[in-house]
Amino acid sequence: MEEERHADAKIRAETGTGSSPRGPGCSLRHFACEQNLLSRPDGSASFLQGDTSVLAGVYGPAEVKVSKEIFNKATLEVILRPKIGLPGVAEKSRERLIRNTCEAAVLGTLHPRTSITVVLQVVSDAGSLLACCLNAACIALVDAGVPMRALFCGVTCALDSDGSLVLDPTSKQEKLQQCLAAAQAASQHIFRFYRESLQRRYSKS
Amino acid sequence: MLRLIIYLRYIFNMCFRTVEPLEYYRRFLKENCRPDGRELGEFRTTTVNIGSISTADGSALVKLGNTTVICGVKAEFAVPPTDAPDKGYVVPNVDLPPLCSSRFRSGPPGEEAQVASQFIADVIENSQIIQKEDLCISPGKLAWVLYCDLICLDYDGNILDACTFALLAALKNVQLPEVTINEETALAEVNLKKKSYLNIRTHPVATSFAVFDDTLLIVDPTGEEEHLATGTLTIVMDEEGKLCCLHKPGGSGLTGAKLQDCMSRAVTRHKEVKKLMDEVIKSIKPK
Repeated sequence: MEEERHADAKIRAETGTGSSPRGPGCSLRHFACEQNLLSRPDGSASFLQGDTSVLAGVYGPAEVKVSKEIFNKATLEVILRPKIGLPGVAEKSRERLIRNTCEAAVLGTLHPRTSITVVLQVVSDAGSLLACCLNAACIALVDAGVPMRALFCGVTCALDSDGSLVLDPTSKQEKLQQCLAAAQAASQHIFRFYRESLQRRYSKS
Repeated sequence: MLRLIIYLRYIFNMCFRTVEPLEYYRRFLKENCRPDGRELGEFRTTTVNIGSISTADGSALVKLGNTTVICGVKAEFAVPPTDAPDKGYVVPNVDLPPLCSSRFRSGPPGEEAQVASQFIADVIENSQIIQKEDLCISPGKLAWVLYCDLICLDYDGNILDACTFALLAALKNVQLPEVTINEETALAEVNLKKKSYLNIRTHPVATSFAVFDDTLLIVDPTGEEEHLATGTLTIVMDEEGKLCCLHKPGGSGLTGAKLQDCMSRAVTRHKEVKKLMDEVIKSIKPK
């Protein structure tokens, strides 16, 4: 029975409940991840971002129903379960997004006519849920040993609507570029964290 | 003899298209055009027809090439939510019946329909097309709920653009009767003779792109092109060039520069659609 590997990283701890706006510099919440915590799935991970927590399990490559099989690559399925209630339309939309992202990253052509299933369970939601789901899915796929061409991560960016922004369209578009730049910078931190946690996991064994 | 050669060439092309669709498309994309003769940044012929469903409070039919979507809006009464007693509801629902394409089966809505419904709900929410406070009749007691049903009659790609346009046109066509609350009986009295149009604040227009081979972007993909694409992107723009919604469900990556190009194309598309809408509304107003 493999031991759980626990890894966490502090990028910049939130200082109390200050109302200072987050600058474009990286100010992600404290995040942590646990791998291989479930015994039945081929790979599993739990990703925490502040108070948001998502548990992911990956089964695959496994048998696929003849109706769903694709002759030259693996069929990817994503199931997202909300914390309360039955999955609805919003969950389906997120599943589609996570599935398309995974499809772009996973080397499906190495396992044709198989299925790779990613199951995500929302444990707690304190904002930035989609990003947390994407990160959990990535770590779980790595834990399962599914061949991937690249890692992916999610970063959430929010725009405030000031009076001045509404009036000036070009600066709104500029803000989009700023968002993209800020998100790219933040994603570097998350990728560094992935590398460190995996190094910690595989260095002992 | 020449006719035979031409016929055989045609058969060969059709077989090649079925057997190697991606290669077939690549040959056209290399020449910066597509099999149906369009350029990479060209939209299909867009037609819109409003007010065709007399039993609905507002309706519109939009055709984007072969893709056909009809939107019907019905207004009903409801109790406003307890946490927002001065707001009404706008409830969109996209239906992709087996009629429109062989890939859809009858039964509960499939994934594609649910994703489209969620997208339309996001567009309504983000663009503030209707201020929900306008739908309130009596705070805490009575409000309008607009059920917007979008049904696809023919699926040939780019369903999101067609749905957004149909929704906008239908909402512009909606006429709500005047409602007064009778103080003595506390019942609502509807005056069907006095109808007024909805206050549409913004005009969101969607532009969809398909990504080919991780680099090439084409506008308004057909069903076949969507199937061959490595990713899709939908941008919803406002009249002031404001970005309402950017829908990119995974797929291959895009650089920031490409995204800017897409946004400028979306701005041009908005002007085209707005012109079409204004013409249609003008033609129906004198009634």
